[in-house]
Amino acid sequence: MDPHDKSIRWIKPPELGLLERSYLPLFLDGITTTLRHLFSRKKTVQFPDEPHQIPDPLLYRGVHRLNRDEQGRVKCVACFLCATACPAHCIDIVAAESPWPDREKYPESFTIDELRCIFCGMCEEACPVDAIELTSLYDLSGKSREEMIFDKEKLLSVYDQTIDKEPMRSRRQTAQPAGARSTLPTDRRDGLPTDNDPS
Amino acid sequence: MLAQTIEALVKIGLVLGGVMTASAYLVLVERWIAAWVQDRLGPNRVGIPLTNIRLWGLGQPIADGVKLMLKGEAVPKHVDKPLYYLAPAVVFLGAILVFAVIPFGSVLPRGIFPESWQLHEPIELVIAPQLDVGMIYVLAVGGIAVYGVVLGGWGSNNKYSFFGAIRSAAQLISYEIPLGLGILGVVLATGSLRLDAIIAQQADSGWWNIVQQPLGFLVFTVAAFAEATRLPFDLPEAEQELVGGYHTEYSGIKLMLLLVSEFLHMIAAAFLMVVLFLGGWHIWGLTDGIDSPGGELVTWPVAVLRVVIMLAKVLAVILFFMIARWSWPRFRFDQLMQIAWRVMIPWGLANLGVVAIMIEYGDRIGAATGIDWRIWMALIGFATLIIVWAATVIADPSRTDNRPRRDLPVPSFLADEAN
Repeated sequence: MDPHDKSIRWIKPPELGLLERSYLPLFLDGITTTLRHLFSRKKTVQFPDEPHQIPDPLLYRGVHRLNRDEQGRVKCVACFLCATACPAHCIDIVAAESPWPDREKYPESFTIDELRCIFCGMCEEACPVDAIELTSLYDLSGKSREEMIFDKEKLLSVYDQTIDKEPMRSRRQTAQPAGARSTLPTDRRDGLPTDNDPS
Repeated sequence: MLAQTIEALVKIGLVLGGVMTASAYLVLVERWIAAWVQDRLGPNRVGIPLTNIRLWGLGQPIADGVKLMLKGEAVPKHVDKPLYYLAPAVVFLGAILVFAVIPFGSVLPRGIFPESWQLHEPIELVIAPQLDVGMIYVLAVGGIAVYGVVLGGWGSNNKYSFFGAIRSAAQLISYEIPLGLGILGVVLATGSLRLDAIIAQQADSGWWNIVQQPLGFLVFTVAAFAEATRLPFDLPEAEQELVGGYHTEYSGIKLMLLLVSEFLHMIAAAFLMVVLFLGGWHIWGLTDGIDSPGGELVTWPVAVLRVVIMLAKVLAVILFFMIARWSWPRFRFDQLMQIAWRVMIPWGLANLGVVAIMIEYGDRIGAATGIDWRIWMALIGFATLIIVWAATVIADPSRTDNRPRRDLPVPSFLADEAN
C-alpha cells in the first residue's frame, strides 16, 4: 500500500486526556458494569420447566394452520398464491373442482413440509382469502420426516386446536359468493388506495 | 523416617486431590460467573446421575471431566508426535509442582502422634517444609510452563497454535521480570525466601505487604494475571484471533490437562498473592501470629481457622480473577509488551528502591519522628504509587503510532505502481 495515495483518507486517532491515559476510568467502568450485571435479574427462561412467553401470539410465526369458514369447510380456494410465494417450496397443493357453489376450486390435498419451511410468513401474506395463517405454536417436533409433512387434515386440526386462543386475523370475515366478486380479489390493500389506483 | 514419608505422602495426596477438585469446581464457578455477568443462569441442570436431583449443577464438573476423558482423541497427521505428546505433560507438571512449596495453612499443633513416632513436632501444612529457596523454586517451576506451551504450539504444526506459542513465549518471559521484581520487594522486606516465613513476618508485625508496598502488589498482580494468561492478558489463546491458541490441535484428555493447567496456574497465582501480599492465614485479632512459627501455642481451633482464612482469601482472589475477565478488553500485543517493559519493570524497580531505602533507614526515620516506621513505610509506599502512576500518565510510554511513515519517500517498487 502506498501511503501517499490520494484516495486514502488518514484519520487521526482521538487524543486521550490525562484521565483516560491513567486507565482508571476504564478500570472503574469495566468493574462496575460487570458487577451490575453479576447481580442483575437473569433473562434466561428455563424452557421445559417454565413456559416460553410469546409477546404477541398474533405476530408470532409458528406452525401453520388452514382456516375454516363458518360452515366448517376449508377456506382455501386453491389459487396457488402461497405455493408461488413460498421461498422454500414447501407447499404442495392439488386443486380440484369445488363441490361448493361459492368458489371454483378447492384443495383436494394441501401439504406443507414443516421441515423445509423457513417460517417467513410469505404464504400468509400472499393468501387472498386468509385461509393460511401462522400460529404461535413454537414447540413443533416429530419422530420422523414423514410425521413432519402436514396434510390438510392435520393443518385443519391445528386450526381447531388454536382458534380459541388465536382468532383469525381475517381481513375478510366471510367468503363471498363467486358471483359477487372475482375468485382472486385484486384489492389486496383492503380499501387503502393502491399505487396504480386510477382515481 | 517412615513417619516423615507417610506425613509427606498424606500431604501430597491432600494437596493434589484438593487442587484438582478445586480446579474442576472452579471451572464450574467460572462458567457461573460468565453466565451471571451475561445475564444468564449458567450450568444448573447436572446433579446426581439417574435422578432428577439437580443440586444447582454441582454435577457438571464430573460430567465435563468424564466427557473429556471418554472423548475420542483426534491426533492430526501433521503433528510432530514426540513434542505433541510431551507438551501437555510438561505444562501440567510445571503447573502442579508449584504447590509443593505453597503453604495452605500454618501448622497443626503438636501432640497428635505419640512421642515415639518422632512426629510430635508440629506438622507444617506445606508439602515441602523448611525449603529455604521456596520463592526461587516457584519462579523456576513456573518457568517450565513456557516450555510446554512452546512445545505444544510448535509440535502441533498449525499456524494458529504457532502464533499462540510465540505470543506466549514472549509474554511469559517478559512478565517473569515484573513478577520477580514484585516478589523481590517482599523478599527484601522479609529477609527470607521461605513462603511460611513471609506469612509469619506479616502476621507478627500485623502489617500486610499490600499496605507496606502497594506498588509492588500492583506490579505483582498485573504480572500474575499475565503469567496465568488470564484476560486482559490472554493473548496466547485469544479465541477471536487464534481459534484456541497453542491448544487448537489438542483433544480429549490432553486438552483437559492443558485446560486444568491453566486453572492450576491461576490457583497458584492466587495463593502467591495471598501469601506474599495479603497476609496468608493472618487476620487481625482473630489469628495473630505472635506464637508463630514455633506453633507452641497453636491450638486446634486456631489451626483450623487459619486454614479456613487462607483458603477464603485465595477464593476471593480467584473470584477477582474471574470477574476481571469480563471487565476489561484484551490488550493488543504491542500494548502488552509495552506495559511489561516500559511500565511494569520501571514500577517494580521504583518499588524495590523504596522498599530497600525503608528497610535500611526506616528505623532511623521512625526514631527521629517518634512514629512507627511501618506507618512511614505505608505512607511512602502509597505516595510512590501515586507519583509513579502520575509520571506514567504524563510520560505516556505505552503510546504507539502504528501508522505508516508518510514522511519517507515512496519506495521505488511502489512508486512504479502508483505512476
